[in-house]
Amino acid sequence: MADDIKALLPLQPTTFHILLSLADEDRHGYAIILEVARRTQGELKLSAGTLYRSIQRMLEAGLIVETRTRPAPEMDDERRRYYRITPLGKAVAEAEAGRLRDLLKMARLCGVAPRTT
Amino acid sequence: MNFYRLLLHLYPSSFRAEYGEEMSAIFSLQLGQSSGVVAKCGLCLSAFAEIVFNAALVHWEIGRRDLFHSARSLLRSPGFTLTAILLVTIGIGANVAVFTLANFVLVRPLPFPEPDRLMKVWENHPGYSRMELSPANYRDVIASSQSFTDLAAYNFNSVNLVGQGEPQRIEGSSVTANLFSVLERPALIGRYFSKEDDRAGAPGTVVLSYSLWQAAFGGDREIIGKAISLDDESYTVIGVMPPDFRFPTRETQFWTPFRFKELDYQDRNNNYLDGIGRLKPGVSAAQAGSELSLIAARLRGQYPKENEAVDLSVVAMRDELTTESRLLLFGLCGAALCVLIIACANLANLLLARSLARQRELSIRLSLGAGRRNLLRQLLSESVLLGLAGGACATGVAIAALPLLSRLVPNALPIQQVPPVDVQMLLFALGLTLLTVIGFGVAPALQTCRGAGFSGLRVGVRTGGAGRQGARSALVIAEVVASVVLLVSSGLLIRALWRVQSVNPGFRTSGILSLRTELPFPKYNKTSMREQFYSKVLTDVRRLPGVTDAGYITALPMTWGGGIWPVEVNGRSQIRTAGTSASLRFVTPGLFSALGIPIKLGRGVSESDTVDRPWVAVVSESFVRRYWPNEQPIGRHFKFGFHDHEVIGVVGDIRARGLERTSEPQVYLGSQQDADDGFTYYAPKDLVIHSSQPPEQLLPAIRQILHVSDPEQPISDVRTMDEVMAGETESRTIQMRVLVVFTGVAIVLAGLGIYGLLAFTVSMRQQEFGIRLALGAGQGDIFKMVLVQGAWLAVAGLVPGLALAYIAARFMQSLLAGVRPADAVTFSAAAALCLITTLMGTLFPALRAVRSDPTAIMRAE
Repeated sequence: MADDIKALLPLQPTTFHILLSLADEDRHGYAIILEVARRTQGELKLSAGTLYRSIQRMLEAGLIVETRTRPAPEMDDERRRYYRITPLGKAVAEAEAGRLRDLLKMARLCGVAPRTT
Repeated sequence: MNFYRLLLHLYPSSFRAEYGEEMSAIFSLQLGQSSGVVAKCGLCLSAFAEIVFNAALVHWEIGRRDLFHSARSLLRSPGFTLTAILLVTIGIGANVAVFTLANFVLVRPLPFPEPDRLMKVWENHPGYSRMELSPANYRDVIASSQSFTDLAAYNFNSVNLVGQGEPQRIEGSSVTANLFSVLERPALIGRYFSKEDDRAGAPGTVVLSYSLWQAAFGGDREIIGKAISLDDESYTVIGVMPPDFRFPTRETQFWTPFRFKELDYQDRNNNYLDGIGRLKPGVSAAQAGSELSLIAARLRGQYPKENEAVDLSVVAMRDELTTESRLLLFGLCGAALCVLIIACANLANLLLARSLARQRELSIRLSLGAGRRNLLRQLLSESVLLGLAGGACATGVAIAALPLLSRLVPNALPIQQVPPVDVQMLLFALGLTLLTVIGFGVAPALQTCRGAGFSGLRVGVRTGGAGRQGARSALVIAEVVASVVLLVSSGLLIRALWRVQSVNPGFRTSGILSLRTELPFPKYNKTSMREQFYSKVLTDVRRLPGVTDAGYITALPMTWGGGIWPVEVNGRSQIRTAGTSASLRFVTPGLFSALGIPIKLGRGVSESDTVDRPWVAVVSESFVRRYWPNEQPIGRHFKFGFHDHEVIGVVGDIRARGLERTSEPQVYLGSQQDADDGFTYYAPKDLVIHSSQPPEQLLPAIRQILHVSDPEQPISDVRTMDEVMAGETESRTIQMRVLVVFTGVAIVLAGLGIYGLLAFTVSMRQQEFGIRLALGAGQGDIFKMVLVQGAWLAVAGLVPGLALAYIAARFMQSLLAGVRPADAVTFSAAAALCLITTLMGTLFPALRAVRSDPTAIMRAE
C-alpha cells in the first residue's frame, strides 16, 4: 500500500482538489466543480472536460469509486453519477498533504514562507 | 446544446458513453446560469477549447495504455515479434534505400536556383544525337538566341598542380566567364570570372572547388589573389566555390576561363564545348528548341560545308541521364516493390495466424466485457508497434545500404555521390511504414475481432474459416508471383551481364597495368621534348623484370570516347556522320604489342615514323572494310585531322567506346609525327605495360622511373586493365548484385510463406486427416493431398508471375544486351526454382500430415 501511495505522488492539483471535495461526502460531478470553486474562493474553476478526464484516471487508479447510494428521488437527477473517496484515495490525499506540509516547513526554514504560530 | 454534443464526438466513444450525458448536463446548467449573449458565447468558446484539449489528452492516454499493453503482449511472444520486425525491416529497408536513391537521381531538384530553367544545348549530327558545340557555332548561337538569359560553355580539363606537396593531377573544367551567372551560384569567398578574365591574352585566373581549397591549401582564406602553378603556368586564385557546388561533375576541382583566341573560331567541326543556358522566365524548353532549330537552319545556309546537316537542340539538365541509368533505377524500384509485397504478404499471414491462435483469448476478453472496439484498437496498436520498430530498423538498414548503392548515382549529374539522409527519406520511411501497418495490420485485426465471440469460445482455436484460408492463400500466391518476377528479372540481367562480359574487346585485358601521366602544356609543346620523355620512360620500363612490352596511347580504350574526326578518301570531303568518321588515338611504338591488339597487315608505328617523314597511319579492319573493301589497303592514302596519311598497317578492331557500344573504325597515328604545338590535346597520356609479373609489384619501380624522367610529373589513374573492364560493367554488376540479394530474400520468404500456410492448414486439418486415416485412407493419399495443395499455390502464382515477368523484361529490354525478353532458359530456370522452393516448403507439412496418429487425435477430440 505504501508503495502504491508513493507511486501516485506528487498529485496533480486537480486530483488533490477533487479528493478534498469528496473527503467529507459523496458528490456528483457538478457538485465537485462547485465545491472546488467554493474551497478555492473561485480561483480554481474546473471545466467538465478536465473534471471527467481526472475522474476517469482516479477511478482507474482506485482513488475514488462510483457509488450506488443516491439521494432521495426528488433531490436526484438520474443522469448524475456520484463518486466516493476510497481508503486508498484518502491515504493518498493525506500523503500529499504531508508532502505539502514538509515542503512548507522547508520553505519556512529557508525564509521563503512566513512563519506562523 | 447540439453544439456541445457535437463537440463531445471528439472524445473516444467509450469516454463519451461513460461521461457524455453528465458533461452535457453540466454544460446545460452553466449555460442556463450565464446571462447575456456575450457570456453564452464566451462559455461556448471556452467549452470548445477545453474539449479539444482534453479530448486530445484522453486519446493520448488511451493510446499510450494500448501501446504499453501491446508491447507487453509482443514481448511475451518474442519469436513472432522478431519475425514480424524482420519482415518489416526487409520490406521497408529495401524500398527506403532504393527509392531514396531514385528520388535523389531522378526527381530531386538539382542544387541550383530554379534548376528547371537550366538547359543543355547540343549540336545534332547524323548518327550523333548529341554532339558538343564548336566554339564558332557557340558564338553564333549566343549572338542570335533570345530564349536564354545567358548561354555558357564548358569542357573538361585536367592539369598538374605543382608546389602544394606531391605533384598531383587534378580534374577541372574550362568555362566561359558567364557560367557561374547562368548557374546562379555565388562564390563562397572571392568572386567568379568576369569578361575581362575570359579574353585572349588575359592573365590566368582560377576558381577553386571547396574540396581542393581544403585539401591543397588548408582552407586558407588569404588564398584569394595568390598565384598557383597549374601545368607550369601561373594562375591567380580569384574565388572559392561553396562545398555543395559540383559542376560539371563531382570530380571537378577547379575552373579556369577559356580565353578563346580568334583561331579557335575557325574550325566549325572541332566540337568540344558543352553548352548550358538558363531559359528566360516564361520561355519553355520547346520554344527554345524551335528557336535553336531556326538558328541551326540559318547557320546551315551560311556555312553549307561545315554545318551541313547540323541541327541544334536543348535538353533539360535534369534529363541528361541515359536511358540505361534510368532503367537501372526503375528496375531496382520494381524489385524493391516486389520484396515489399512479399514481406507484407508474409507479415499479413503471420498476423492472421497469430489472430487465429489468439481467438480463444480474445473471445474470453470479449465475454468478460471488453469492447470490440478496444480489442481492435489494441490489435492495431500491436501492428503499429511492430511497424514502427521495423520501420526504425529499416531506416537504419537503408542508411547503411546507401553508400553501397551510391555507385549507381550517375556522374553525369552535378550532385554528390551518396544520397543524403534527410527529412524526405525519413518521411518516406514513416509513410511506407504506416501504409504497411494500415494495409496489412487492419484486415487481420478486423477479422480477429469479427471472429472473436462466443463461437470462438465454443469451437476453440481450430476455426480457420474458408474465407480466411482463401485470403491467406491469395497472399501466398501474391508472394509467388512477385518472386517469379524477381527471379526472371535477375536471371535475365545475369545473362545480360555474362553476355557483356564475354564481348571480345579486341585487346588483351589480363596482365596489363596502366597509369596516366598527362604531360603539361606549354612545357611539353615541343614534340622532341615529349618524345624524349616517352622514349626514356618506355626504355626503362621495358627493362623491368617481367615486362614484355610497354607503350603510350592518347587514352585507354573504354576510358574515353576518343577524338572523332571526319575521314576524306580520294579527295571527297565528307559530312561528319557516324558513317564517315573514325576515332583518333596517337600511340608510341610498342603500344599494339603491349595492349595485344593484333597487327593483321603491314606494321605498327615505329621509331622511324618521325615528324620529318610523310604521315603514316595504322587503321583498324573496319576502316579497311568501309573504304577499301576487298582491296589492298597498305600504301593507300586518306585525309584525317588536317593531314594526308599513308596506311602502313591494319590492326584488329577494338571496342574503343565501351563493351556495349560499337565504335567507329579506329585510326592510330604515331605520336612522333605530331608537330610542335600540334594536337596537344591528343598527346599520349596513358602508359600501358604488359607484364608476366603481378602488375602491382612493378608499380614502385615504375614510379621511380617516372620521377627520374620528370620529378614534377604527377601520376594518376593507376589501374589494371581488368579493373578498367570491371568498371565498364560496374553499374550492371551492382544492380545485379542488389537484385540477386532481393531475389534470394524473396524466394526464401515465398518458400517460408508456403511452408507457414501449409503447416497451419495441416495443424487445422489434423482431425480430418486422423479421421481419413482411421477410415482407411493411405498415408500416400494424405501426402499427395498436401502436396497438391502446395503445387496448386505454386502454379497459381507461377502463371501470372511468368506473364508479369515477361512484361517487366520487355520494359527493361534495353538493359538486356541482346538477351531476348522471353529467354526460354531463364524462364525455365525461374519456374523450376520456384517449383523446387514450393516443394521444399510443402514437404515438411506433408510429412507432418502423414504422421497424424488417428487414435491420439480422436482421443484428444
